[in-house]
Amino acid sequence: MTETGMNNIGVDKAGGGMISPQEAAARVGAGLAARRACEKRFRAYGRIAIGIALAFLVTLFVSIFSKGIPGFFQHYVTLDVTLDSARLDPTGDLSVQSLYDGDARGVIRAALYDATGASGRSGRKAAGKIISAGAEQRLRNAVLDNPAILDTTQRMTFAVDDDVDSFLRGFIKRETPEKDRRINDRMIGYIDALQEQGLISFEFSDYLIFGSASRNAEMAGIYGALIGSLLTLAVCLVLSFPIGVATAIYLEEFAPKNRITEIIEININNLAAVPSVVFGILGLAIFIGIFGMPRSIPLIGGVVLALMTLPTIIISSRAAIRAVPPSIRDAALGVGASRVQTMLHHVVPLAMPGMLTGTIIGMAQALGETAPLLMIGMVAFIVDVPGSVTDPGTVLPVQIFMWADFAERMFVLKTSAAIMVLLAFLILMNAAAIFVRKKLERRW
Amino acid sequence: MNSFSLAIAVLLFSSGYFFLGTRASTMQRASGSRLHSLPHYYGLFAGLVAAIPALVLLAVLAIGDDIIFRSMALDFVPDEVKAGDNYKEVIVLAQITNVVNGINFGEQPQWVHDAADAWRGWDATSTTLKTITTLSLSLLAGLFAYRQINPGFRSRNAVERILMIVLAGSSAIAIFTTIGIVFSVVFESMRFFALVPVSEFLFGLTWNPQFEGAERAGSGQQGLATYGSVPLFVGTFLISVVALSVAVPVGLFSAIYLSEYASPRVRAAVKPLMELLAGVPTVVYGFFAALTVAPFIRGTGMSLGLDVASESALAAGLVMGIMIIPFVSSLSDDVLNAVPQALRDAAYGLGSTQSETVRQVVLPAALPGVVAAILLAVSRAVGETMIVVMAAGLAANLSLNPLDAVTTVTSQIVTILVGDQEFESAKTLSAFALALTLIVITLALNFMALQIVKKYREQYD
Repeated sequence: MTETGMNNIGVDKAGGGMISPQEAAARVGAGLAARRACEKRFRAYGRIAIGIALAFLVTLFVSIFSKGIPGFFQHYVTLDVTLDSARLDPTGDLSVQSLYDGDARGVIRAALYDATGASGRSGRKAAGKIISAGAEQRLRNAVLDNPAILDTTQRMTFAVDDDVDSFLRGFIKRETPEKDRRINDRMIGYIDALQEQGLISFEFSDYLIFGSASRNAEMAGIYGALIGSLLTLAVCLVLSFPIGVATAIYLEEFAPKNRITEIIEININNLAAVPSVVFGILGLAIFIGIFGMPRSIPLIGGVVLALMTLPTIIISSRAAIRAVPPSIRDAALGVGASRVQTMLHHVVPLAMPGMLTGTIIGMAQALGETAPLLMIGMVAFIVDVPGSVTDPGTVLPVQIFMWADFAERMFVLKTSAAIMVLLAFLILMNAAAIFVRKKLERRW
Repeated sequence: MNSFSLAIAVLLFSSGYFFLGTRASTMQRASGSRLHSLPHYYGLFAGLVAAIPALVLLAVLAIGDDIIFRSMALDFVPDEVKAGDNYKEVIVLAQITNVVNGINFGEQPQWVHDAADAWRGWDATSTTLKTITTLSLSLLAGLFAYRQINPGFRSRNAVERILMIVLAGSSAIAIFTTIGIVFSVVFESMRFFALVPVSEFLFGLTWNPQFEGAERAGSGQQGLATYGSVPLFVGTFLISVVALSVAVPVGLFSAIYLSEYASPRVRAAVKPLMELLAGVPTVVYGFFAALTVAPFIRGTGMSLGLDVASESALAAGLVMGIMIIPFVSSLSDDVLNAVPQALRDAAYGLGSTQSETVRQVVLPAALPGVVAAILLAVSRAVGETMIVVMAAGLAANLSLNPLDAVTTVTSQIVTILVGDQEFESAKTLSAFALALTLIVITLALNFMALQIVKKYREQYD
């Protein structure tokens, strides 16, 4: 027998007989301080681990929110625009074509030169760069909405160019030598002039919410991507919910215990483990390659995401069905219902909250998914808002992915803002899932 | 009529038959005959028979016609074009479909216009054919079912049989998906391995999938594409190791603390927060890695005098580790909770402290489950795409230094397959071979996890 070690408590080292209680207490006591310290250390490791995880969470959210919240706002300039109908609407019929032929740009520039006092060729060129390229479209839309404003002078608000916005936010410093910054001294002079007159304002960015994909950071928005996400999710839900629930019902209640059923179950578990990018390859090779469907459309995106979320829905629906106690089934069968009637009238309604929870979580997964949609071409630069599931479109996460590649400071801010919108939707969906689970699910 | 309005029409017919059938059987019951089933089952039978075959036919026709058209259109291609060096079916078909859709890029040869005209003709014929066949199938099948209705007809059994077929069909979709995945990956991979030997792919040390013969950027020499996938797998391995060395300790210790030490209130507060990390989309992690973590690591490394690549494996791995934490912690939490309380009580009774109980009793008992959880986390890390696409870069360096830029299997797949691609080139096909190996690896990991749980699981009750 060894002389040292905790293992020998209670055994006398000399003869192998029992030791006295005092001796035993002393030996335990000798190791006690070290064991207590060890216990404390272990507990601290756990706390530190949780602390690290939460610190990561906080860092992630702070880093996104600190950029995203300013991303919801951008700088606008307010100008007194004289809406000369001869210049804006040369044909005089207020048609879109006529407005496009008209000189909306010139009208806005004239107002801008007035406000800044810009003169001379280079001065005007500098002043012209202050305002966003989207200003003309905004003016045309205003005229189309309300033709009565023609031939009056209106106070109108236009977005400033993204470089100017960066300057106003302080990302482009005045102290930087002129040749190293994207805004020259003359422009800074004009911006100061506008600011002194109180014409520059920092407002909620309507472009972010209602604008579509644009290479101009100040005009870029998520509207098209949001609609694309909605259409894609709709397709995904319409396919995956009924198919998932039907599969779960079949496997839980009706499937014979045979080889085929076993293969189906193994398949479902394997599909849950397949990386999402592989589903994109499936979509690319089968739907686009063999079926010859067009790229970039929400229909295929929805189908691919449906196949991807099916395992989630099936697994949670099966759990929900299994949770319904057999007594319910026995009672229904006992009063003469058929097995199908028992299922449809009793088991499925009782399992529905669990199925819905799984479906909502699956949809949240699908909403945040990017990689498979890249494969089927939903990464194209599409300005038009998709009107149906067969129009080319993109989705919110892919829009975020595309914007993340752009170096402009304002795109970084808008990307973070778009991420906040996406996170808000996801949190909402997960909250809905928790609500359904807490309020509707019955515990037996 | 287009397919969507045809489907609506079929559904209208079907609901019409439902009402007719229900009414007919209700009237029969009113006139004193004893029905086998409730009246609406008769209606349902007629309605389902009117809808299901017609919808299936419609789906087959709508998907199938394009495939047939394309093979028919290829007959228009003159032999001398087919014999040409640059002949690609995909491109020819794109030319023809563009003309069909009224998109014209430059002058197209006459045969393209001929093919497009013929295509338009087939399209019109197929639309008429689709309309006639689906609608008449729906009407006739419905009528047939409607005529079956009489008091002795066991319509409930018939409806339940139909329903059972639909349910079984739904569950077969899982099999079709797997077949689809295998089909799409294996066939293209086989074509790839016909061009590039398997040994080069598996053991080659350089990955440079440029188009054959294309000039390598900057080098001024004709580069040869090489498809050695070892750097990609080493990169994947490196990033996964970094990710796991973050996720496993943090996740495991959090799980231990939450399941063994934390009060119910702390647990209720912390658990959802941890799971929030799992709900964040991967593209957000990618953005975070590329914009916040990578510059931070580079800056820290520089100030320590280290040479850090701007797209280091460390940044991607670290963020991926954050993503996997909740995965490890919630799986281990389940496993730890499954260890029966009696084991803990016995250890306490012998005088061990809580940490000694955890280390010497609970963890060994939960070990198979924990190992399985870690294997599942590895398979997650290997298959993760967006973080590495956005933060790990594309440089296929063969390196085990986490400060270097490496690339991974998934990010190569995405880079190769995003955008337009020719299905014929070895570069495109290589993505399918990569996908095949990726699937094999992830499935093997999952299989191993399952086996470990099965083999070493202790039965306590």
